[in-house]
Amino acid sequence: MQRIGDARWVRYSLISAAVAFSALFLLLPLVAIFAQAFASGWSTFIANVTEHYTLAAIGLTVLVTILTIPVNLAFGVALAWLVTRFAFPGRRLLQTLIDIPFAISPVVAGLVYLMLYGRNGWIGGWLDSHDIQLMFAWPGILMVTIFVTSPFVARELIPLMQAQGSREEEAAVTLGAKGFTLFRRVTLPNIRWALLYGVILTNARAVGEFGAVSVVSGAIRGETNTLPLHVQLLYQDYNTVGAFASAALLALIALFTLAAKALLEWRVSRQEVAA
Amino acid sequence: MSIRLENIQKHFGRSQALTPTNLHIDNGELIGLLGPSGSGKTTLLRIIAGLESPDAEVGPRILFGERDVTRVHVRDRRIGFVFQHYALFRHMSVFDNVAFGLTVLPRRSRPSSGEIRAQVYRLLEMVQLEHLAARYPAQLSGGQQQRVSLARALALKPEVLLLDEPFGALDAKVRQDLRRWLRHLHDELGFTSVFVTHDQEEALELSDRVVVMSNGRIEQVDTPDQLYRNPANRFVFEFLGDVNHMEGEVREGVLTCGDAKLHVELPEGHQEILLRPHEVTLSTSADEIAHLPAIVTSVVPVGAEIRVELTAEWMDQPWLATVRHQEASTLGLSRGKKVYARPLSWHHYPQGTSAAAQGAAQPA
Amino acid sequence: MSALSFRLPWQSQQRVLPGFGLSLGISLTFVSLVLLLPLTGLVGELKGMSLSQYWAIITEPRVVASYVTTISGAAVAAVINAAFGLLLAWVLVRYDFPGKRLLDALMDLPFALPTAVAGITLATLYSSNGWMGQLLEPLGWKVSYSWVGIALAMAFTSIPFVVRTVQPVLEDLPAEVDEAAMALGARDGVAFRRVILPHLWPALVTGTGLAFVRSLGEFGAVIFIAGNMPYETEITSLMIFVKLQEYDYAGASAIASIVLAVSLLLLLAINLWQGRFIRRLHGGR
Repeated sequence: MQRIGDARWVRYSLISAAVAFSALFLLLPLVAIFAQAFASGWSTFIANVTEHYTLAAIGLTVLVTILTIPVNLAFGVALAWLVTRFAFPGRRLLQTLIDIPFAISPVVAGLVYLMLYGRNGWIGGWLDSHDIQLMFAWPGILMVTIFVTSPFVARELIPLMQAQGSREEEAAVTLGAKGFTLFRRVTLPNIRWALLYGVILTNARAVGEFGAVSVVSGAIRGETNTLPLHVQLLYQDYNTVGAFASAALLALIALFTLAAKALLEWRVSRQEVAA
Repeated sequence: MSIRLENIQKHFGRSQALTPTNLHIDNGELIGLLGPSGSGKTTLLRIIAGLESPDAEVGPRILFGERDVTRVHVRDRRIGFVFQHYALFRHMSVFDNVAFGLTVLPRRSRPSSGEIRAQVYRLLEMVQLEHLAARYPAQLSGGQQQRVSLARALALKPEVLLLDEPFGALDAKVRQDLRRWLRHLHDELGFTSVFVTHDQEEALELSDRVVVMSNGRIEQVDTPDQLYRNPANRFVFEFLGDVNHMEGEVREGVLTCGDAKLHVELPEGHQEILLRPHEVTLSTSADEIAHLPAIVTSVVPVGAEIRVELTAEWMDQPWLATVRHQEASTLGLSRGKKVYARPLSWHHYPQGTSAAAQGAAQPA
Repeated sequence: MSALSFRLPWQSQQRVLPGFGLSLGISLTFVSLVLLLPLTGLVGELKGMSLSQYWAIITEPRVVASYVTTISGAAVAAVINAAFGLLLAWVLVRYDFPGKRLLDALMDLPFALPTAVAGITLATLYSSNGWMGQLLEPLGWKVSYSWVGIALAMAFTSIPFVVRTVQPVLEDLPAEVDEAAMALGARDGVAFRRVILPHLWPALVTGTGLAFVRSLGEFGAVIFIAGNMPYETEITSLMIFVKLQEYDYAGASAIASIVLAVSLLLLLAINLWQGRFIRRLHGGR
């Protein structure tokens, strides 16, 4: 079979250009992260990542991520079920609304939360009079993280569930399946890989969110400092090796995300071949 | 323009799509490539077009008239190609689709835009779509799209027109119309056409000669009439229509299978005969030539004839017989009735050879 | 009785599948509380401001300079991404070569890598004594602390948008489209420009548009390499951040409202434009 651009010289020059660009633009930074992190040796790296404030930052990041995932999982599944299984007015609008966090600058996202829940905001003022502080504390970090990561699960599920249609579920209803059993036994097996990928993306973004979190965090070392904020603090303190040690941890999570995606895509394509 | 193919063979990876094949097509012929899927017919067509290249090691040659095009790229072969799913450019209007070939000519040989316009409208008129010139492909029916696709392929006045299952995706009525219309166009413009189909009726109706293919091999090349009357082998016979089988032991000129008996002139031993539904007549009693008892399982009127399905212990698969309406009512055919089949003639293909033998049962 | 039989129009038919009420409840609660309610905070902050005050803040010269920096950086990044995104998508779909799966996986790196990490890495790589900076500065190319660095960081974080929107469209393009163009005598260049590119155009514009919107709001990746000199290399997101740190909430909110409006309008425009194109290709369905 012949296709456009199959001539040998065209093929080779385009592949070379693409590989060169990717190596320089994408791969080199990745290599640089680890090179910098290990610039002063393995033991320094270990010392850096087990340092007190680093461990505290890791702890906060893990806490926020662990709390974010179930919230967005529940929302994502509910929304996907709603817009792909029922017709109702406002369905398109709802689908557009969930893209808002993608369009908004993270700094603006942080700002709107700060304006509402901060001491001057109309909710924040009331909370303040009851001695509850959300902003510049971990609940605020959690809230903006939920905001910026809210579309991921729904965005993975909606196209898939739309493509699959509701015939299988309708068949299950005629066989007497009800409520959650129906979801667990019929829907879930069909969407589990997309669901898993949505969770992995949520995880990656929750761990790495910077702009929105930096607005509402206050960056108090050991208290409201997440790992990305910690990277920034160390870098601005001219502790480059320390900054890159933490950055390397975050980069590892990114690599894990890429590997998981490749693996899931491979699984799905194999299922399609088998079907 | 005549087409000559020599030593055309094709492998995809390790599977062989075409065994070494030779074929000559005369100038102005309309040729149908007929075969089941996987028979290599589309591969052969695409090799003629230059969309696939034949295996080089067997020394393939493709000649258009005197011109050797074996190593010529598809874009320089000057062929017209019509795709099964039309392959219209969705973002271009009907006019722009038909004009495409003319507008991508090198500047020296490109007609002026006025000439292109005139020529495109001439083509659209020919396919009776001039009123839809401004439409986009998505706004046309399947039959209209295929006509645009034909007009587009003819814009460069190719001397060879190649069509890959051109009517396969259309419904029966439109398919009929387009067939007749293609035949007309072919006769009027005098190009050489090769089309691929898996529909024997289409191949027989449309072609000057039919190339029957199976398993990457040409089984027979003949006129539709010859093909139907003298199938070269069992595959061709079976592919060209419904077939009834009878298989059993021949002893002293009698083929026996269970309680079925038929006088045949065949050598002793295990034999099989084949016959078409119209070669079967039915009666209420057996005679000394044929004793083939069967039960009627369905009686379906199909146009001028009635199609009768028969079963019996001795059949592997149900037989089909076609009888006239009058005959059916004389016999009182209905489901469950016991009848006797009588072959008017039958066909026999000895195993492992392509020689054919035929026999006719004498009227009693 | 009439009250009991009252039904909203969309309730007239019985729902076959369960969970409408529950999923609607969860979705609406979440959308209202998490997505929409916070936007009212911005409105509340802007309410106390007169129009002339608002105008003064958003047209302050330093702020205007930040718009120019941000928009020009994002525009350059979008153009780079359109070109290389198209190249990468083409190579990944059309050719087979060793390491292709690795290259494909690498495309998502900018989305997976935290922006702050990307920021400090690019800043280090392109600083005067970094791996790239060492090579480029003798040639007179200053990347760090210049608009080039800003555009580079923006391009890094948004390249997957173009690759991942063009790739599936290119994959779905049937081989017959290529073959039809070739059978009609078109050379590769002409066939690409007149047949392939128009098919990819909606995806390419959408992907580039999304990359542009993302670049406008990018913060973490840019601030480390930009140098953040007022009037020169200060992006709008940083402007907002600086005002917040100075407790100038009104100023921050005014600028944020501009950024928010521009991103939402762009997103709307991209959606509408895409819809129009798709209708043409699919015959109004």
